[in-house]
Amino acid sequence: MSTLLSLKNLTKRFGGLVAVDHVSFDVETGSIVGLIGPNGAGKTTVFNLITGNYRPDEGEVVFEDRSIKNLPTHQIVSLGISRTFQTIRLFQKLSAIENVLAGCHCRMKAGSLAGMFRPPAQRREERQALETALQELQFVGLHDDAEQLAENLSYGNQRLLEIARALATQPRFIILDEPAGGMNNQETAALIETIRKIRDRGITVLLIEHDMSLVMEACEHLVVIENGAKIAEGTPQAIQNDPKVIEAYLGTDEE
Amino acid sequence: MKNKRIVIYVAFGVILLLSPSFLNAYWVDVLNNVGLYTILALSLNIILGHAGLFHMGHAAFYALGAYTTAIINTTYHIPILWLLPVSGLVAGLAALVVARPIIHLRGDYLLIVTIGLVEIIRIALVNNVFGITGGSNGIFGISRPVLLGWKINKPWEFFYLIWGFAAVTIFLFDRLEKSRFGRALNYLREDDVAAEGSGINTAHYKLIAFVIGAFWAGMVGNIFAAKMTIIAPESFNFWESVVLFMIVLLGGRGSIPGVILGSFLVLGLPEIFRQFATARMLIFGAFMVVMMIFRTEGILPPLPRKYPIAKVLGREGSV
Amino acid sequence: MELFIQQLTNGLAVGGIYALIALGYTMVYGVLKLINFAHGDLFTIGAYLGLTLLTTLGLTNYLGPFGVVIVLALMVMGLVAIVGAALERVAYRPLRTSHRLSAVVSALGASIFFQNAVMLIYGARYKVYPHDILPRTAIHVFGLDIPLIRLLILLTSIVMMIGLYLFIQRTKIGTAIRAAAIDQGAAKLMGINVDRVIMIVFLIGPALGGAAGLMVGLYYGQINFTMGWLYGLKAFTAAILGGIGNIPGAMVGGLLLGVIEAMGAAYISIAWKDAIAFCVLILILIVRPTGLLGERVAEKI
Repeated sequence: MSTLLSLKNLTKRFGGLVAVDHVSFDVETGSIVGLIGPNGAGKTTVFNLITGNYRPDEGEVVFEDRSIKNLPTHQIVSLGISRTFQTIRLFQKLSAIENVLAGCHCRMKAGSLAGMFRPPAQRREERQALETALQELQFVGLHDDAEQLAENLSYGNQRLLEIARALATQPRFIILDEPAGGMNNQETAALIETIRKIRDRGITVLLIEHDMSLVMEACEHLVVIENGAKIAEGTPQAIQNDPKVIEAYLGTDEE
Repeated sequence: MKNKRIVIYVAFGVILLLSPSFLNAYWVDVLNNVGLYTILALSLNIILGHAGLFHMGHAAFYALGAYTTAIINTTYHIPILWLLPVSGLVAGLAALVVARPIIHLRGDYLLIVTIGLVEIIRIALVNNVFGITGGSNGIFGISRPVLLGWKINKPWEFFYLIWGFAAVTIFLFDRLEKSRFGRALNYLREDDVAAEGSGINTAHYKLIAFVIGAFWAGMVGNIFAAKMTIIAPESFNFWESVVLFMIVLLGGRGSIPGVILGSFLVLGLPEIFRQFATARMLIFGAFMVVMMIFRTEGILPPLPRKYPIAKVLGREGSV
Repeated sequence: MELFIQQLTNGLAVGGIYALIALGYTMVYGVLKLINFAHGDLFTIGAYLGLTLLTTLGLTNYLGPFGVVIVLALMVMGLVAIVGAALERVAYRPLRTSHRLSAVVSALGASIFFQNAVMLIYGARYKVYPHDILPRTAIHVFGLDIPLIRLLILLTSIVMMIGLYLFIQRTKIGTAIRAAAIDQGAAKLMGINVDRVIMIVFLIGPALGGAAGLMVGLYYGQINFTMGWLYGLKAFTAAILGGIGNIPGAMVGGLLLGVIEAMGAAYISIAWKDAIAFCVLILILIVRPTGLLGERVAEKI
């Protein structure tokens, strides 16, 4: 097993508030890793630092032995990291298939002139992209809703559509921010299957989740942060029995 | 439904094509102006309708194209139509330079900056910048275009030049909006954080949207200069930009048929209301308010793009 | 030095007028996120109503110069406020839940409507204000003659701005306006009547704009039905310069824009006056993308 992503002393401050405080951890290639912690612990901020939405004040983000901390988000995506958002951010007024085609974008080449004049390469590429997009929709089970507007999908399906869009970028590493948020038990169970299938495609998964049943069942490795700092790391079993983690969670009345 | 639309479009196209045969020179000239504004508004539609950038300074690029043509034509006597791409390039390059530092501004901040641009350019033209723009009198003596040996002079001749250009524009822009490029603009319009997070270089696409829009506006400037043979700064004031802005929003953001209809309404209605004499613009203003209340997305909002989904799924099923 | 002080006071007086109009833009923007393009025309209406009242009521027979101006200002403000509230009710309220740009077109339509209504009623030619309303005297300050009216304009606009600021900061309605500007939904849940807040904003903003119209009539002596466009554009620029939605920002932006224009006209070139103002605006926005006092909120992702 090799290290795919490595965070080193990552720190982010907002004014006087230290949102992320010297956080370091590694993600092994091919694993499913959970990032957990009480609300407001800084989990999403860690994600935003990895994906380039925020710039770290200190520390390093290394992906496949390359520092990515100063790259723009779209470039990080084309290097092979994609994500979903905690507050669903789909293109609500566009159809499901077009949402997934957004993910295909970074693997396509046609520019504006090719769009106007449609040389054979452009037509081929469009067809290819449509096939990829439909495959990803099928992968998450939404192929029957391909022409529905994103805003007309149920909450759970919107989460799945975001995952399909992220997969369409052909990532090696996918970051899921509360993928089970708003899902019922049945949908969550299916999601766990989907997450495993993603990993079986060779894509490493890092996720934030509050649903502990999902975290314990799906993840092989957990990182716990509280108040921006890492307080524990290990297998789900080890984390469950870690006194510091129990204290953090009981203190905030989480599960 | 789809067939009905096509029938309407074809009928409209045929009537338009034949219109110079039954309209007098005045109305043909009105249609020529509608045509110029249609092309201008289609080019603005890329920026405002598809990319969702609040750009209220499109007349600036139009002016650059017209003045480029006027200056080069009157100084070096280079034929007008050769200057068509040159005018587009000058306007496009200007957009590239100007838009880069302001492209990240949000909504209304971008709006006022683009208004500022059009005003700065107009003032520069009035003040005879570099001594080549002729000040507030403008430039006269611009020659007529010659197309394949035919000198374009009369309104009906310009009609076919302008609407021919409009047809090419419609054809190309329709393809453009149904391509990877067009989709990218819609993604960043809907949510630019999500677009960037899906791997789209949003700053790049905003910039290119500006460049393409400006390139086309510059080319329209070229035809406008040839049609008028005299141009002055007042043809490119802030109000012209507002008119274009209204055409796109009234017709339907991101909708080519909507923008064409918008041009006919915004330029044509005041002509039709002429019987109300001085009250025509009053009625027009009220019309716009009422129209937006009843058709908030514009009169003809865009239809969703179609993809051959069944075809692809069918093929996959058989494999 | 004399030129400098003359231009400074002149710039501040014009800037005060810009600021009063800018407040209308910024307050409406604060609660509705709408650029009220018809606001400049409300300013024009204020100027014309002032003229009508001045020439028909014969106030000068009963009151001294300052009494006339105060009574006139109150009447103009009241009338323009009513027009403003009607505008909101007819042209904006039906569009409150639709896309922002739809409301912009409605606003542009309303602007065209108002402009042409004024033209139809008063004619297209310039109208001249009676020039003997306020004494045309000058005041000696530091050996300089500064027109009294200029100082009065500046003083009035500052008094109005302070009044508005206190109203927004200290009163219950002001608090409601601020709350609605931050989060309409939350304000509603807290029992604030957002419809009423919006109506109040559409009373106050146009009232200030109308007052500014009257001031321009008194200061420059002549008015035209299209002047709302230019002043509206300038005031909108001022609101953006200060950071749109921010009330002190509109005041600072207005005064600053007036001074920049006056200085640019005096020291660089009068022909380039407006271009200089826009260049400064663009440069400021490149450095501070949300204006001088606008909040720099990082978008929550």
